[in-house]
Amino acid sequence: MKQIGEPILTADRVTLAFGGVTALNEISFAIRRHEILAMIGPNGAGKTSMLNVINGFYHPQAGTITWKGATRRRMRPYHAAAQGIARTFQNVALFKGMTTLDNIMTGRLLQMRRNFLWQAIHFGPAEEEELAHRARVEQIIDFLEIQAIRKTPVGRLPYGLQKRVELGRALAMEPELLLLDEPMAGMNVEEKEDMCRFILDVNDEFGTTIALIEHDMGVVMDISDRVVVLDYGRKIADGPPDEVRTSPEVIAAYLGEEAGPHPNPNPRAVEGRGGG
Amino acid sequence: MDFFVVEVLIGGLLTGVLYALVALGFVLIFKASGVFNFAQGSMCLFAALALVRLMEVLPVALALLCAAAIMIGLAFAIERLVLRPLVNQAAIILFMATIGITFFLDGLGQSLFGSEVYTLDLGIPKNPLILFEGVIPGGILVNEFDLWAAVIAGLLVAVLAVFFQRTRIGRALRAVADDHQAAQSVGIPLRHIWVIVWSVAGLVALVAGIIWGSKLGVQFSIALVALKALPVLMLGGLTSVPGAIVGGLIVGAGEKLSEVFLGPFLGGGIENWFAYVLALLFLLVRPQGLFGERIIERV
Repeated sequence: MKQIGEPILTADRVTLAFGGVTALNEISFAIRRHEILAMIGPNGAGKTSMLNVINGFYHPQAGTITWKGATRRRMRPYHAAAQGIARTFQNVALFKGMTTLDNIMTGRLLQMRRNFLWQAIHFGPAEEEELAHRARVEQIIDFLEIQAIRKTPVGRLPYGLQKRVELGRALAMEPELLLLDEPMAGMNVEEKEDMCRFILDVNDEFGTTIALIEHDMGVVMDISDRVVVLDYGRKIADGPPDEVRTSPEVIAAYLGEEAGPHPNPNPRAVEGRGGG
Repeated sequence: MDFFVVEVLIGGLLTGVLYALVALGFVLIFKASGVFNFAQGSMCLFAALALVRLMEVLPVALALLCAAAIMIGLAFAIERLVLRPLVNQAAIILFMATIGITFFLDGLGQSLFGSEVYTLDLGIPKNPLILFEGVIPGGILVNEFDLWAAVIAGLLVAVLAVFFQRTRIGRALRAVADDHQAAQSVGIPLRHIWVIVWSVAGLVALVAGIIWGSKLGVQFSIALVALKALPVLMLGGLTSVPGAIVGGLIVGAGEKLSEVFLGPFLGGGIENWFAYVLALLFLLVRPQGLFGERIIERV
């Protein structure tokens, strides 16, 4: 049984607004070391916005983010990446013209320390370094079972594999915290099962803390240690999956569509998936 | 056989190197940001104007350093004022922004430095040379200046090729060109990359400006030389440094040869349109150019 530790990242009353729309309204929660935290909620609830705040794409108007003991008003993408936060995107964001291998190698850029003059002559320490990184990337390729597409430009791959390559790029950063935005969207059952297995293995073998957004309730209930539920930019529940599943407020806001007759019909439930 | 052909060919190739030099600036920025930088020609003009006016008051070496510093400063300004507010916008938006930069630079350059024709003389020898007199009867006539220009361009290309293809910066550049947000998420500092690329493009513009300025005099028409770089890019591919060179050589040699050998039949003036027609034909057959990245479309 894995040990879930102290909070590694804490959001404290984070508020984010776009013009008159409040995307996040005083959201506070913690991500604990080694856990898998699922963030759920109807479309437009603010889930992706929350991830964007964590890795610095969005800067909240109020509130703080505490990451590894340092409290900040705003994160910056470069610092987030350099300090061990990696992520994937809802709509796959890969470098489409590059091969799988090169895409994953970009995840190593921050770890490459040798002066670029050394790299230019491609000799001695720089060569050793490149080889070491390449070896690490090969391990990730093996882990994700994508050996066969190593040299394929990712633009040519089917969607499910692209998502896998994107996970590979994030893993290449050897992150402490991995943010996954709908890692299973658009996948068939088999692909979903594979992805679940990878996520659990990453969490288990590398001890990586994972925060993910997912719409598939079966998946969420299966793999997460804790669930945070957002609705209209507010947090309405936070706890173990079983507890959240039975919370009346959550049923009303979200799970209602799967838990039988809706007590409080929610017009957004019919909008389909993919927002957030 | 008449060695006149060889002479024309060599003259054409040497001119081609100069086209390649301008094209190179386009390629650098396109590779690194997916943006077609319409302002490259104006940057050449701006750099040449700055240099020629600085040389009036400073020694040559110092003036060169200052001009280089100005181009790097310009890169910082463009990143801060133009690119940073446009992160994550479509390439076409950034392209439009570079058209704005073009007009701004044309205006700024001429109002700061004046709009007359200035002579730029860096002491590069301009004597006609006769080569291979021993091998070929009569030898081959080339302009010494063109030879020097080719040497400079060659060095520049070698340095850039090493810089961009063998360092991690190369991979970072391609990443930034592909997807800003994804690049940021793996910790590539977008701003630094942009400043680096625009600085390098500015320095290439300075070199191109010096060479064209010494040839034609520093005047507004330098900005128009950039137009000749367009067919070069169509031929070579927008994303390839070697492509820019090969494209430049083909265009340079092609237009001189066609002028001399087809000119009498078509009434002359071929030099002016040859490159564009060639580029048009190329677009029909191989739209990505000789060395460009294959365009991948999943349907």
